[in-house]
Amino acid sequence: MCTTCGCGEGEVKIDGTAAHHGHEHVHADGTTHSHAHDHGAEHDHEHGAGHGHSHAPAHAHAPGLGAKRMVQIEQDILAKNNAYAKRNRETLAERGIFALNLVSSPGSGKTTLLCKTVALLAGQAVAVIEGDQQTDLDAERIRATGAPAVQINTGRGCHLDAHMVGHAMERLGLKENSLLLIENVGNLVCPAAFDLGEAHKVVILSVTEGEDKPVKYPDMFRAASLMLLNKTDLLPHLDFDVDAAIGFARRVNPNIRVIRVSARSGEGLNEWLDFLRDGLAAADAAKQETVDGLRRRIAQLEVQLQRSPP
Amino acid sequence: MHEMSLAEGVLQLIEDAARKQDFSKVSTVWLEIGRLAAVEVESMRFCFEAVARGSIAEGAKLEIIATAGSGRCTQCSASVVLSEPFGACPQCGSYQVQVTGGTEMRVKELEVV
Repeated sequence: MCTTCGCGEGEVKIDGTAAHHGHEHVHADGTTHSHAHDHGAEHDHEHGAGHGHSHAPAHAHAPGLGAKRMVQIEQDILAKNNAYAKRNRETLAERGIFALNLVSSPGSGKTTLLCKTVALLAGQAVAVIEGDQQTDLDAERIRATGAPAVQINTGRGCHLDAHMVGHAMERLGLKENSLLLIENVGNLVCPAAFDLGEAHKVVILSVTEGEDKPVKYPDMFRAASLMLLNKTDLLPHLDFDVDAAIGFARRVNPNIRVIRVSARSGEGLNEWLDFLRDGLAAADAAKQETVDGLRRRIAQLEVQLQRSPP
Repeated sequence: MHEMSLAEGVLQLIEDAARKQDFSKVSTVWLEIGRLAAVEVESMRFCFEAVARGSIAEGAKLEIIATAGSGRCTQCSASVVLSEPFGACPQCGSYQVQVTGGTEMRVKELEVV
């Protein structure tokens, strides 16, 4: 594992190629170590303050070495992921991109819903990051709609993390004011804990699953802002209790918004598209505000420059 | 499964600290894990032992400080003790309870040599 950028152990692939290339460091004391890196364009890694490559030799015995001492750490276990997520979020904000992290069990109909969404948003720039343990079948399905997509294969991993997504974002070459849809690995447990830099997590529950999934997998439903209740065209054939499902979701997350959708019948898709358009408008407005703020600041600085003697 | 990623995260924080604070062996690691954090403690121990093998934390003892889950009822403002990330308010029966504590996942301190 690369201890510098937190890369995995070489099993993560983006569009079929390793996310990282190895490179080797020679330390001041002559020892070498190699680690995997993929310095894609513009993506420099977070080198913490302590990461010089002049490691003090371990045999530099300080007085009292051998005695036990306590070291305060007080850091979040996910600190590294959160730092990458923050960077992703900044990149997205600078470019007015609205990003969603779509999470669900396998088979909830995420990819079908995404394909339909891309088709209905014709004229709007949309890009997709697909996460699966293996295969690029989902990215292929998205590309068939005409939208750019990259596939992340997590190998043994059960979720996407912010570092993988940062690399995938570079490969996509995201457009200004575009929509970025990140389809996480089908898993209702682990992706809840990993911030990718998205504006919202959207959890998809299909009516062919149990109504009680929100209380069985509460972390995910608590982390999401929106629940899409999918495959509602099948309701006449099932005993699924919609009100009970929404009730369970609100027990876990009183503020969760719910939209009933069906990619097949088209139910609820207008409301879903409105949610996306509102998000895109908000991302654009926030970018514009930043740009306007910077312009004002530049104008102020120019005035100051003109006043001061050469 | 994600306990493996979390264990790797713990080891990274330890290795970063070792570079900054110049120590070469860790004997005990104190983790603060909230009862509502999505972490299975036994799985965490198993994964940490596996990822620490061959590192400066090999064989280190993992001490887990479990912090209680707490919430606040948005209907009647009562403070609620939670053993799951959701629950009914004991005062008014509402499920409008927001989690306020117990989701921590932190490396607190290390005993090092």
